[in-house]
Amino acid sequence: MTKAPVTSGRTPVRVGTRTILVLLSAFLAISVVAGVALGPTVVPFGDVLHYLAAAVTGGRIGAEEVTDYSVVWEIRTPRVLLAAVVGAGLSVVGVAVQALVRNALADPFVLGISSGASVGATAVVVFGLFASLGVYALSAAAFLGALGATLLVYLAARSPLGLTPLRLVLTGVALAYGFQALMSVLVFLSPNGQAARTVLFWLLGSLGSASWESLPLVTAAVAVTVVALLRQSRALDVLSLGDETAASMGVDARLLRRRLFVLTSGVTGLIVAVSGAIGFVGLVLPHVVRILVGSAHRRVLAVAPLAGACFMVWVDLVARTAFAPEELPLGVITALIGVPVFISLMRRRGYLFGGR
Amino acid sequence: MTLRLRELSVQAAGRTLVDRLSLDVAAGRMVGLVGPNGSGKSTALRCVYRALRPTSGAVLLDGTDLASVPLRESARSIAALTQESHTELDFTVAEVIALGRTPHSRGNGPLTGRERELCRTAMDRLDVAHLADRSVLTISGGERQRVLVARALVQEPRVLVLDEPTNHLDVRHQVRLLSFLRGAELTVLTALHDLNLAAAVCDRIAVLSHGCLVASGAPAEVLTPELVREVFGVDATVVRHPRTGTPQLLYDFVPFDTSSPSPGAVQEGTR
Repeated sequence: MTKAPVTSGRTPVRVGTRTILVLLSAFLAISVVAGVALGPTVVPFGDVLHYLAAAVTGGRIGAEEVTDYSVVWEIRTPRVLLAAVVGAGLSVVGVAVQALVRNALADPFVLGISSGASVGATAVVVFGLFASLGVYALSAAAFLGALGATLLVYLAARSPLGLTPLRLVLTGVALAYGFQALMSVLVFLSPNGQAARTVLFWLLGSLGSASWESLPLVTAAVAVTVVALLRQSRALDVLSLGDETAASMGVDARLLRRRLFVLTSGVTGLIVAVSGAIGFVGLVLPHVVRILVGSAHRRVLAVAPLAGACFMVWVDLVARTAFAPEELPLGVITALIGVPVFISLMRRRGYLFGGR
Repeated sequence: MTLRLRELSVQAAGRTLVDRLSLDVAAGRMVGLVGPNGSGKSTALRCVYRALRPTSGAVLLDGTDLASVPLRESARSIAALTQESHTELDFTVAEVIALGRTPHSRGNGPLTGRERELCRTAMDRLDVAHLADRSVLTISGGERQRVLVARALVQEPRVLVLDEPTNHLDVRHQVRLLSFLRGAELTVLTALHDLNLAAAVCDRIAVLSHGCLVASGAPAEVLTPELVREVFGVDATVVRHPRTGTPQLLYDFVPFDTSSPSPGAVQEGTR
C-alpha cells in the first residue's frame, strides 16, 4: 500500500486491531479486579484475591471474614461484571444503531427506548406497580416500557418503503417527547415527594441493584448481539453506502434494517432494565473506536465491546467511591469523564463525522 | 450477458414513472438511456439493479426473471453506479472499493490474493490508486465517482448499470471512463445527460420521455433535430464527427423568452 499523502488529514499508520484487542482485554481484566478490590469498604488486596479464589474454587473462609467476603463476592463482583456487560452492550448497540439510521448522532436511545422504559420505571416508583415482583419490579416494568416504545416506534415508522432512517429517527425522537411528558405527569401527580428524586436517579443510570441474578440474561443478550452483528459486519459497511447501492451489491437494506431494529431494541431494553438510561456511552464510544481503528465494522464491532466494558467499569468505580457513601448517577460521570477525553481525541486525529 | 427489460412499469403515489418500457441490451453492447429530467431514466435503472421492484413487467438476464433470483446472486452479475451514494462513515478509498466483493464472499474473511489484485487493477483503471488510504469523505466529487465505479468493477459484473457516470468528472476523466466502458467486454446500460457523449460512445441510444420509450436505435437514427426539439425542447443542428462519423449536436442558444412554452408543454402539444 502506498503511503497516504500528507494532505489526507489522517494518520496513515494505525495500531493493529489485534494489538488493540489484546491490550484492551488485559486492561479489562485489570479493571475488573480493581473494581472488585476498591470501594468505600476497605478490604486489603490480598484478602480480595483470597475471597475471589475461595468463591471460584469453593475454598473456606473464616467466620470473621463473612462481611468482607459478601461485600467482595455478593455485592462488588456482580456489580463490576454488570458494569462491563452494560458498557459493552451500549457501545456495540450504539455502533449498530448508527449504521441502522445512517446517522452519526444516533445512540441506543434515539429510537425512544429509554423514554419508554422510563415510563415503566416511573409507574413502579410512583404507584408501586408490580409489587409482587419485589426487587425485579423496576426492571420488569422498564423492560415492558421499552418493549412498548419499540413496538410503537416500529408501527409508526413503517412505510411502503420500509423503515427508512429518517422516519425512524424522527418517530423515535417525537415519541420520546410523548413518553417524557407522560413520565412528568406521573411524577407530578405522585403523592410521594421522593418519587421525583428516585426517578431522576434511575434515569441517569445506576448499577446499585446489581446482583448475580441480574447478570445471566443481559450477558447472554449482549453476547448474542455482538456475535450476530459481527457476522453482519460487511453488510453493515455496505448499508452505510445507502440503500440503493446496498441493493446493487446484494444486500437487502430493508430486511437488514428490520433485523437490526429488533435486535438492538431487545438488547437495549434489557440493558436499560438493569442499569437505567446511561447516556453518552452508546453515542461516543463508537466514535472513539472509529478514531482508533477506522470505520470498517469488522474492526469497530470487535473493539467497541471491550472499550465500552473497560470504560463502564471505571465509571462505576468512580460513581461509588468519589462521594461515598453517596453514589453518583453513572450518566453524570460518563459525561464528565467522556466529554474531555472525546473532544481531545477528536481534535488530535483528523476524524470526520460524516461531514466535510 | 443479455439484458432485457420487458413491459416494465413503475407506479408510485398514483403516478406512472415508467410506462411499459421494453428495451434490449445485447451482450457486450453499450446502450445509452437519455431523456429530460424526470423522464424515468433512474427509475428504470433502479429496477435493473434491484433497488426498486417494478409494479409490472420484468427485467430478464439471459432470459431469467431477476425477481426469481436472490438479490445476492443477481449482484454477482449486475453491478451499478447509483446516483446517491453518500456515506456518513469515514471509510478509506481502499475499503470502499474492497466492499465490491460483498456479493461474492461469505462471512467477513479478509480478501484473497486474487481479490486484492482485482482491487488494484480497478484502482489503476479508474486512476484512483494514489487515493487508496484517503478518507472517502475528503476526496472530491469526481474522485468519489471514480472510486464508486472502481468498486462496481471489483464486483466482477457482466452487466454494468450506470446512472450518470460522468457527473462531476472533468473532461479527461469523462473521456477516459467512457472509453474504458466501451472497450470493456461488459454489457452496459447507462443513463447519460450529455447527448454528444452518448452519441459518441453508445452502440444504441434509447430515449425516454414521461416514462415512455419514444425512440431507440443507433445514435445516427435516433438523434435527429426533430426528436431533440420534441423531447428536450431545444433546437439543435446535427453534424457528423469528421473522423468517426458519429452524430454530434450543436445547440441553438436563443435569447431567453419567458413567453415561450416550456419543453413539457411542447411535448404535450405534439403527442
